[in-house]
Amino acid sequence: MISSLPPAAVLILGAFLIPFLKGKAKSVYLLLLPVIAFVSVLTIPEGSHWTIRFLDYELVFGRVDRLSRAFGYIFTIVSFLGTLYALHVEEDGQHVAAFVAMGCALGATFAGDLLSFFSFLEVMSVASTYLIWTGRTSASYGAGLRYLLVHLFGGLCLLAGILIHLNQTGSIAFGTIGLTGLGSHLILIGLGISCAFPLLHAWLPDAYPEATITGTVFLSVLSTKVAVYALARGFPGTEVLVWIGAAMTVFPIFYAAIENNLRRVLSYSIINQTGFMVVGIGIGTALSLNGTVAHVFNNVLFKSLLFMSMGAVMHQTGRINVTDLGGLYKTMPLTTVFCIIGAASISGFPLSNGFVSKSMIMGAASQVGTGILWLVLLFASAGVLHHAGIKVPYHAFFSHDSGIRAKEPPLNMLLAMGITAFLCIFIGIVPGPLYSILPAPVDYQPYTAAHVVDILQLLSFAVLAFCLLILSGLHPVETKVILLDADWFYRKGTKLFYRLASRVLGTDREEPQEVVHGYEKRNVPT
Amino acid sequence: MRDTHVFDKPENIKRLLTGFYVFIGLLIVLDLFISNHPVLPWERYPVFYGAYGFVAYVSIVLASHYVLRKFFGRNEDYYDQ
Repeated sequence: MISSLPPAAVLILGAFLIPFLKGKAKSVYLLLLPVIAFVSVLTIPEGSHWTIRFLDYELVFGRVDRLSRAFGYIFTIVSFLGTLYALHVEEDGQHVAAFVAMGCALGATFAGDLLSFFSFLEVMSVASTYLIWTGRTSASYGAGLRYLLVHLFGGLCLLAGILIHLNQTGSIAFGTIGLTGLGSHLILIGLGISCAFPLLHAWLPDAYPEATITGTVFLSVLSTKVAVYALARGFPGTEVLVWIGAAMTVFPIFYAAIENNLRRVLSYSIINQTGFMVVGIGIGTALSLNGTVAHVFNNVLFKSLLFMSMGAVMHQTGRINVTDLGGLYKTMPLTTVFCIIGAASISGFPLSNGFVSKSMIMGAASQVGTGILWLVLLFASAGVLHHAGIKVPYHAFFSHDSGIRAKEPPLNMLLAMGITAFLCIFIGIVPGPLYSILPAPVDYQPYTAAHVVDILQLLSFAVLAFCLLILSGLHPVETKVILLDADWFYRKGTKLFYRLASRVLGTDREEPQEVVHGYEKRNVPT
Repeated sequence: MRDTHVFDKPENIKRLLTGFYVFIGLLIVLDLFISNHPVLPWERYPVFYGAYGFVAYVSIVLASHYVLRKFFGRNEDYYDQ
């Protein structure tokens, strides 16, 4: 019965009933929608379903195989957890936008053709923009606008690529594409923007920290993970992805090390983690692709847990910068524990879910070339520990006492964090159920004595370095600073273009910045 | 003073660090006895993972703060100017 409706439709169509409900009925309904979508994902038989004839082409809204079903589980589970976390939010628009965006992620996942995949991706971008704009600051307005423009550009690249691909092959079926011509290169660039490839990535740390507290939890799993799915579907074994992914794992760790805004630290961390997944796709073996899907699943859990804990801090204190926080463990012990579990998981400590999936990608990488790739990924693993494993929990909850005595967040937030933390540990201890849903049969044992000792050594000695740097006073002090990133080109470039155009045309219209400030005056409650 | 928490007492931090150093020592000892069937040549060296993690961590901290921040760091109102 449930499977008579595509999982995407459950969330997207279901979202529009939200404004008509109130009180407990609304809360129950909000939590029920992702559960129904999950059951739908669970019960649809493999094959092609919900096909529609459009012009001369066949649109497939339900291509179900092991790859799409695994991503379906991921998106529905995080829809439930994110909704539970956001249950106290009264503004219906935010719930509707979140469900539409998550529904589109499901739609793109189960799309069997490139046209419907493209359509879902574009609507997802618009719904995501709404979640950024509802931050309702001039910063969120500007970041949302840049997010939308960058994604529309990516969408245009993707559409152009799809049309050229269609012209060359005569098919819009979404299968293995590979890098074969202009069309496939444009498709890769379009997906690369959504996936935050190096130099195409700046929209992510620009926009995500400016979204609403609850919206960021959804955003953190949307664009990049849908793009990872599309890369796994269309470009497995494409060698260039190995080195693009490797670059993604490394460069953000330096940015995250200095960044003052802890949600921006986690945003750079998304690029780093997505890099591991892209490497796995590029290697293209059964082990690496399994590792990628497993790591998407686990990453969605620990990354949303980290965003939830930082959101809880922001919700309770109104602050998110390293330079303003510290000592919160005293009055927010539960949030502290949940954050530490997320931090340990993303770092890949044994008994956490990060350990059982990242090691699959590392294992696959060790079999590639001379081992340079493996060394790069190992370096990046130490980097993850630095910014997400230590910096986030240490500066928010420990470090110096900021004097802030904030209480724990509302019960729904605590419950969402508690369930997510439980899943991180459970999968880390019992990885079998996760391995059973991966695309290829799994013959992998993460818990060998040598592997556990090796990873514990890597991480513990990195922690030792942190302790010694702090104790010796050699650890640099965190300061209020922003870092120039690739968005400098279009943020400063457009201003320059605007001034030049105004001068040439002799017009004297208001500066773009004034437009933004005007928006702020109109929309920000005082 | 009632508002005293676990890490307000220096002796608790000292205990935590002592336990951590013992754990590090244990990992070094274990490394000598557990064979890891090395796939790559570097894995044969004793305490390779530990040394690599330590050096990587220190280099990330120093390079980001003393190189990246110097060249790419700007005031928080940079884009508003």
